[in-house]
Amino acid sequence: MTTVIATSGLVKRYGRVRAVDGIDLGVQQGDIYGFLGANGSGKTTTVRMLLGLVLPTSGEIELLGERMPRAGRRVLHRVGALIEGPAHYGHLSGRENLSLLDASGRGGSWRTRSRRVAAALEQVGLGGVGRRPVKAYSMGMRQRLGLAGALLRRPELLVLDEPTNGLDPQGISEVRELLLDLHRDGTTVFLSSHLLAEVEQLCTRVGVLDRGRLVLQDRLATLTAPTGSTVVHTSDPDRVRAALDGRVTSVEGERVIVRGDDPAEVNARLVAAGVPVHGLALERPSLEAVVLAAAGASPDRVDVRR
Amino acid sequence: MILVELRKMFRRPRTWATITVLNSLPVLVAVLLVLTDLAPRPGEGPPFLSAVLSNGALYPLAALAIVLPLFLPIAVAVVAGDSVAGEAQAGTLRYLLARPVGRTRLLVAKLVAVLAFVLVTVVVVAAVGYVVGTTMFDAQPVAGGTSVSGTSLTPDEISGRTLLAIGYVAVSMLGVAAFALFFSTLTDSPLGATMGALAVLVASSLLFTLDAASPIAPYLPTRYWLAFVDLFRDPILWRDITRGLALQGVYVGVLLVAAWANFTTKDVTS
Repeated sequence: MTTVIATSGLVKRYGRVRAVDGIDLGVQQGDIYGFLGANGSGKTTTVRMLLGLVLPTSGEIELLGERMPRAGRRVLHRVGALIEGPAHYGHLSGRENLSLLDASGRGGSWRTRSRRVAAALEQVGLGGVGRRPVKAYSMGMRQRLGLAGALLRRPELLVLDEPTNGLDPQGISEVRELLLDLHRDGTTVFLSSHLLAEVEQLCTRVGVLDRGRLVLQDRLATLTAPTGSTVVHTSDPDRVRAALDGRVTSVEGERVIVRGDDPAEVNARLVAAGVPVHGLALERPSLEAVVLAAAGASPDRVDVRR
Repeated sequence: MILVELRKMFRRPRTWATITVLNSLPVLVAVLLVLTDLAPRPGEGPPFLSAVLSNGALYPLAALAIVLPLFLPIAVAVVAGDSVAGEAQAGTLRYLLARPVGRTRLLVAKLVAVLAFVLVTVVVVAAVGYVVGTTMFDAQPVAGGTSVSGTSLTPDEISGRTLLAIGYVAVSMLGVAAFALFFSTLTDSPLGATMGALAVLVASSLLFTLDAASPIAPYLPTRYWLAFVDLFRDPILWRDITRGLALQGVYVGVLLVAAWANFTTKDVTS
């Protein structure tokens, strides 16, 4: 497995503020990497450093095996990016915008340009958009056009910052399907987001940023692995306690946590004791719980210092 | 990349609106002159204007002289100030750089596009001036014209020198463009960049009229702008023209290096 993004000791300082404070990212080929963090935790600065827009104060970045920002000209055309929302020339049509973007850099002949543009528009569901100027687009359409721009070069790596911003629920699920399709075809996806649910549904690996530090980086399956307890939903928690003496670790309303990683065994005992069981499941920590445990208070919260 | 920038520049409605507005002033002046027949006396008003009633072939020069002090620099400052800062404000700069377009390449392409705008604008002003001049005033294609020094010039001499004048005005505007482009790499606000360049020009024009500023007068960017009039002396008075070209060359060189140094090492956070 090859490493697609690797940073070591990456630091960006703005004056006295360390926006990014020594992070070591590792994204492998074939990952869908969820880059999580509250607003202001340094996600966007990191993404911009990966793409050579912001120059690091210290530390190293390797993108597709080459040193950034020096190798930007060789590497970046293999990367598709959506950075902090889409941006286009409002007076031109979506097609013309993509065509200009395609013509701006190397790679791909002009003869096949209109075909590439049409394919990218088709992919994001804007195939029939016509000659309307972008300023007449809805926010969701602009987001789709931004995605089309990222997909234009058939990149090996997609770096997406909040790709579902401004999309309605149908749009979000369409984008999710699209990303899963691309991933199946071998595209590595680096997804920066603060929407935990989105990351939980999509990603294979997760990194959590808190105040410029990477406080957690692991496989999603490991982070949300069963805890070894079973969750029992019942209308009569007291009788559960009686039937499974000593194994009940906590009771919250009708939700009872029982030690033991075999729900079937727990169920058999409860049924034998005549306890009404409404639901039964292995206890897994939610991604939200994992993230909240790893990260502190929101960095855009500014409390009075005492 | 240069072609892309040219396409952007000339597909933009604003570019053509600017050129149209720029031409409206000389046309208005021509209409007023024809209606009233009141030309300024020689030596007063914009250069060449006193002569156009008798020779319309001089109107392109009068038109350039009319727009040169204010209209033309404003138009150039708007376009050049917008070049990088406008992309930054719209957010398209980050996508261009991530495409990737090398920063030096982008800056050069922007510069060429601005240069093309300057040339097209100056040529259009001169061309519209020619059409207006030859249709509304008496042209003297056979007799030639009169130089500023009072001797007569052949039509060939007039057209040749007019081309030189167009080139000289374009170089002067390049200095404006260099200021605006430099400021454009400093800020994410196109308005700020444009205003910065105009502030330099206003300050320069003001200092030029001030006796106390005479030690620095030869180095003011607007000092030799009107030297193109000297092309119509007989013989041509090259002194101010060469100085003007050299001065603009130094300004353009220094400012472009500064713009390049700043832009290639800058964090793009827009």
